[in-house]
Amino acid sequence: MSTETMSTVGMWSTAFVHVSCILAIMIFNGGITIYMLRKVLGHLHLRLGPTELGPAGIAQLIPDILKLLVKEDRHPNRTDYWLYCLAPAMVFMPVLAAYAALPFSETLIAADIHLGLLMTLGFVSLVPLGVFAAGYASRNKYALIGAMRAIGGSISYEIPLILACVVPVMLAGSLNLREIVLAQQASIWFVIPALPSAIIFFICALMETGQVPFDMAESESELISGFSTEYSAMRFGFMYLAEFSGNFVMAAIMVSLFLGGWTLPFVPDAIAAPIAPVIFVAKCYLIIFCFMVVRGTLSRYRVDQFAALGFKKLIPITLIWTLVFAIGFKVFTMWGGGA
Amino acid sequence: MRASAIKGLMFGMFEQVVIAMFVIVGAAFACIGLGASWLLSPTNPTEGKGVTFESGVEPIGDPWIRFKPGYFMYAILFVIFDIEVAFIFPWAVALGTLLGWFEVTAMIVFVAIILVGLAYEYKEGVLGWH
Repeated sequence: MSTETMSTVGMWSTAFVHVSCILAIMIFNGGITIYMLRKVLGHLHLRLGPTELGPAGIAQLIPDILKLLVKEDRHPNRTDYWLYCLAPAMVFMPVLAAYAALPFSETLIAADIHLGLLMTLGFVSLVPLGVFAAGYASRNKYALIGAMRAIGGSISYEIPLILACVVPVMLAGSLNLREIVLAQQASIWFVIPALPSAIIFFICALMETGQVPFDMAESESELISGFSTEYSAMRFGFMYLAEFSGNFVMAAIMVSLFLGGWTLPFVPDAIAAPIAPVIFVAKCYLIIFCFMVVRGTLSRYRVDQFAALGFKKLIPITLIWTLVFAIGFKVFTMWGGGA
Repeated sequence: MRASAIKGLMFGMFEQVVIAMFVIVGAAFACIGLGASWLLSPTNPTEGKGVTFESGVEPIGDPWIRFKPGYFMYAILFVIFDIEVAFIFPWAVALGTLLGWFEVTAMIVFVAIILVGLAYEYKEGVLGWH
């Protein structure tokens, strides 16, 4: 915390260590999520998922990653070459930076930024730009349709996503994710007073991470593989690493805003405090598990229904709910809370 | 309370360095990953591999066309609502401690104006997908 007294070199090297840890978490999360996705989707479809390599098929990850590395990186003749090469990095970099403000515990935060929530949401919303660059540069009709749908989805669902964060911000009186969690530790998990916000956030998080029922950018049965149709090998790998990380980031925001972050109710601090990061990550994977169950259960929205849902339903509902909550909150703090 | 609320909105120096480091490390990792793949993978571009992935023959027509205006309408609406959200966040942060009923009423009026606009657009059919 005494960052004011640090030397410049010390500051940059500490920053490097923080970022390297985050990068390691991101790569590790990619591996875990791929395995989990296969297993969970497999069991939902009454299959077993990977079983052959290693215990319960977990070593399947190693050949998967090697295969991404050593496959030929084909690039089609008609692409806009530089944009096509840059697009995976454009998708990957903002997702990495989105981890910066996530509070793994009270002290384990890469950058304890006072506007952490806004910054994380800002980085997350840069991702569709990279997706669009990928689809546009591919110069493939399917890829371009997928990319346009990604942008269309992003602009209709980002507003309710951000508005759903307003109620926890109101309750905590802060935009710092760590302080929002501490406010929940002092009172109750915000999912209880702000349940509608949590539900809307969950729906919009599904959209933001491009998952069924809102996987319009990919929609593999209509558009081959959507925006990533022309990508192969490691470039494809980066796109999907970013996608899985996006899941984790959205889950982590949801955990910090609504589900008490690294804290547990009714558990004494002496037990919960040493395993705080474990609790946080476990909660995140629980949310990711819910994403996967939705993904394995529902079918895709039609594109016109999907576009209408955001502006016609989610935005008015979220706005009105936020105002109703604000009035209730003000009444409560005046008479009930005695603040 | 007021002073701490304002101080709480500033960035620290260290945090700026971390964000800069995120950009540097992100770019470096992307270069390493793609570079490793470039070194390890075979390169054998045959004629067929260069064809756009569509139906096996050269696709007819360029996909870089003018796109339907439905997206444009949504984009304009998005800008309006995004600015509205930018107003709501500071209001929400300060609501519990600094603001009174006047500010709550002001926000209700502000949101109501925008919602009336949205209702009008709904009635005019702008939100449909044509």
